[in-house]
Amino acid sequence: MSSRSARSILPGFGLSLGFTIAYLSLIVLLPLSAAFIKTSGMTWDAFVEAVASPRVLASYRVSFGISFLAAMVNAFFGLIVAWVLVRYKFPGKRIVDALVDLPFALPTAVAGIALTAIYARSGWAGFLEPLWANGVGVLGQLFPWGNWAEWLGVKIAFDRPGIFIALTFVGLPFVVRTLQPVLEELEPEFEEASATLGATRWQTIRKVILPDLTPSLITGFAMAFARALGEYGSVVFIAGNMPMHSEITPLLIITKLEQYDYRGATAIATVLLVASFILLLLINLLQKWSRRHHKI
Amino acid sequence: MASTVSHLHKHGHGRAHASRVTQDSTWVRWTLTGVALLFLAGFVLLPLGAVFAEALRKGFGVFFSAFTDSDALAAIKLTLLTAAIAVPANVIFGVAAAWCITKFAFRGKSVLITLIDLPFAVSPVIAGLIFVLLFGLQGWLGQYQNAEAPWFPWLQQWLVAKDFKIIFATPGIVLATIFITFPFVARELIPLMQAQGTDEEYAAVTLGANGWQTFWRVTLPNIKWGLFYGVILCNARAMGEFGAVSVVSGHIRGETNTMPLHVEILYNEYQFSAAFAVASLLALLAIVTLVLKSLVEWAHTRSQAE
Repeated sequence: MSSRSARSILPGFGLSLGFTIAYLSLIVLLPLSAAFIKTSGMTWDAFVEAVASPRVLASYRVSFGISFLAAMVNAFFGLIVAWVLVRYKFPGKRIVDALVDLPFALPTAVAGIALTAIYARSGWAGFLEPLWANGVGVLGQLFPWGNWAEWLGVKIAFDRPGIFIALTFVGLPFVVRTLQPVLEELEPEFEEASATLGATRWQTIRKVILPDLTPSLITGFAMAFARALGEYGSVVFIAGNMPMHSEITPLLIITKLEQYDYRGATAIATVLLVASFILLLLINLLQKWSRRHHKI
Repeated sequence: MASTVSHLHKHGHGRAHASRVTQDSTWVRWTLTGVALLFLAGFVLLPLGAVFAEALRKGFGVFFSAFTDSDALAAIKLTLLTAAIAVPANVIFGVAAAWCITKFAFRGKSVLITLIDLPFAVSPVIAGLIFVLLFGLQGWLGQYQNAEAPWFPWLQQWLVAKDFKIIFATPGIVLATIFITFPFVARELIPLMQAQGTDEEYAAVTLGANGWQTFWRVTLPNIKWGLFYGVILCNARAMGEFGAVSVVSGHIRGETNTMPLHVEILYNEYQFSAAFAVASLLALLAIVTLVLKSLVEWAHTRSQAE
């Protein structure tokens, strides 16, 4: 120990590192390894049957597909919100800035019932439901080859659009909060140079500003996507939870647990965990890329 | 992951863009500001307003009666108890982790930092599931005798003898909450202490202070805002956690229901006003958290400017 911390005369290295590793192992590593150990006890066929049955595959499509869409929407609007918060001045800006964090602070169950109250047929925005149903109907007539009612749903709450709204809500802060510090650091000199050389404002944004923001934009997108993938609390209330149609993967894990199918639940959890870890790795790489990007 | 999002970075000191060429035209500014505000109003302000409006829809009488119910009181008590254990536990861990990571050089440091971040990447449902696997009906460390191949038979014997329940009881709820809120304090302190370096601690030790004196008198005053920031975020999440707690709680009314779970039960029983009343208390907690957070950011920016 003393050899490793030789460069520091400060005390407490052994104690703090020992405690950190012990606590990390007991609370995080040991419990997480339980999921992988449980799964490794399954035969390959049993595993495949658990993670690739039609109902589970349908839940992956719902979870991954809608999380992806929600993260895309968050990337688009998050960019605008971050831009407005960093570059413009308007009254109440501090309050608006603080509000961006609400989806972190508001318990997911509260968000779930609030969104349901808004978008249910009898709710505040209940008038949207017939509009949506009509829109989907028109799409079906224009493009009869598509199963639009199945893909887009015919309701808002208790259908796929509800899942989309809940997942957009929970992912909202990520893109804004990853872009804000980068936008603040952006040197105006490059924009000035670009303008002086005759570029229009739009060209400057597209060729000078956006390329600089790309790594953080993708990072924020990946974070929002990862968060949406695991989300449960806000979705269950608004999703309708129809098997094969509006059932998300985390809910399916709970359903299996309630049927005491621990192996089945754990196998699906392992698939979701691996997806999350890949995303975490990607985010770490992106952040390294982004740091290098900004040093140059 | 949320860490990158909720750092105590110096914000809001947007540079004044004097130069006209980097200024967007008026209509662009108006349009973008309008789009941003509409998006936030629709997705953030509307749900927040809906919670309070629905809670008070049937008047104050119904609103307050939701809190006199004994199950609601039990849920509030359990939520406070859970946070009272989970937050201090993660504070001690966060300070210890930040101390060894930022004040010393050792191999494997970046791996350790990544591992601390891990719970952010895990779905709350899975966070609950893994504790069920360990301590549940067929768990390896559970109190049940029919466990398949227990890891520590003596521990199992002891738990059975003492009838010490973990899953579907308070210890499981606390454990799941600690897992979910694990990285908050550490991820707040690590970048802050990294930026501050070790010079002041070296000076204190050189002048004869011992380790604790150095920590209490030098390090702690330097990190107090960051620590407070981590604590309020950790607390908000601890009190509001739903998915993980839902898996391990067993939903026993008056016993293993936290406030978010109580909201769910009331909602599923169509007691909407009562559900939203309890939810409004949680929403109030979220608002207080955001206000405190903004105040800390403001205080931090000011102390940096001095």
